[in-house]
Amino acid sequence: MSARNALMRHMLRTALLLAIFAVLGTSLVALTFKATEQPIAESQRAALLRKLHALVPDHVHDNDMFTDVIKVRDPRLGSNQPMRVFRARLQGQPVAVVIEAVAPEGYGGDISLLIAIRHDGQLLGVRVTQHRETPGLGDAIDEERSDWIHSLAGRSLRNPSPNGWRVKRDGGEFDQFTGATITPRAVIKAVYRALQFYRAQGDTLYIKGEEHGK
Amino acid sequence: MANDSYGNLTLNGLWKNNIGLVQLLGLCPLLAVSSTVVNALGLGLATTLVLLASNASVSLIRNLVRPEIRIPAFMMIIASFVTAIDLAMQGWLFELHKILGIFIPLIVTNCAILGRAEAFASRTTVDRAAIDGFMMGIGFTIVLLLLGGMREILGQGTLFSNAHLMFGEAARGWTITLIGDYRGFLLAILPPGAFIGLGLLIAVKNIIDERLSRPVASVSVGEVIEQN
Repeated sequence: MSARNALMRHMLRTALLLAIFAVLGTSLVALTFKATEQPIAESQRAALLRKLHALVPDHVHDNDMFTDVIKVRDPRLGSNQPMRVFRARLQGQPVAVVIEAVAPEGYGGDISLLIAIRHDGQLLGVRVTQHRETPGLGDAIDEERSDWIHSLAGRSLRNPSPNGWRVKRDGGEFDQFTGATITPRAVIKAVYRALQFYRAQGDTLYIKGEEHGK
Repeated sequence: MANDSYGNLTLNGLWKNNIGLVQLLGLCPLLAVSSTVVNALGLGLATTLVLLASNASVSLIRNLVRPEIRIPAFMMIIASFVTAIDLAMQGWLFELHKILGIFIPLIVTNCAILGRAEAFASRTTVDRAAIDGFMMGIGFTIVLLLLGGMREILGQGTLFSNAHLMFGEAARGWTITLIGDYRGFLLAILPPGAFIGLGLLIAVKNIIDERLSRPVASVSVGEVIEQN
């Protein structure tokens, strides 16, 4: 009986010790989380703001795009998750939107995009925010790697015509990269769909949820 | 133990028992992240910090923890430190953290760290464990840097590109373009380049070791003869 008791005590002590380690470890993580919560949120915000401002320059709007935002769920944006739409206004008048979209047909899976569309439907520009394309081939969609993404600025649903919204290999107007056709094809498709979405939504994108934005 | 002198620990970590070149542990992040010098440095320093902290704390509790639960206890310590460092990098090195991505949390599974905790830190004093962790980490970082440098030069013809992700905007101009108008050498950037590069580094280390061992052996023989 006492041998059993001794074993029991031993087990309890061991378990307690492990529990103490668990509590210590978790508190370390909790403390770090508390300490970094603010900087992380700020870095995320700053990184996004930099991208937004590169697409919609400061002098064309006077609102805080980061807070003037609605969430939209639409298959044409390439995802079944709600995507954010940032609105730019000048003295309350709509100027442009920046839409988060996904190109699901990338070579390495989803390519996350920010697509800036002027009020009249013309593209202000597109940026890739996240991708897993092949380094050296498909990653030329990244602004840091090549100028290709800038070839989209100034385009619209009518420029080029719907048949031109393809890479050259498919008879369209946009360059592909040597050794990588799938990646630019996916981006072009996603941007075209986002433009269609924008035309279908029209001005409702600027109105919806406006009161929450302020 | 003379074996555990600080100098010896240093030599072990940096050269004789180098994690990347001799123990061949932690190869997954080593191969995956060594495509540029800056990525390599980021992962190397994060791993060094984790090794230092985990070795020191494992040594600190070595008399408390019972043999049955030592592995879960070590894992808990390592995982806590890795998570803390992951959060800190996300807060203060946001862009670099985005590039290194999953490989920071994956430091938990770097067997080099559990290996050092179990094989060394749990059997020695705190100061020795800390030095061992630090030197092992630095040795790992050096291998990462060499591999990163080789792959970056061969792969894209530059050195220190993206340094601003780690050192702030001032470092934007640090990029050295070694080969202007270079079309890039894909093999070096893709995973096979990492394997080939690591193989070359190991081969070079073995050659150096062999060269060193020959003259040393003859000198010691000579000394013995003189004594006689």
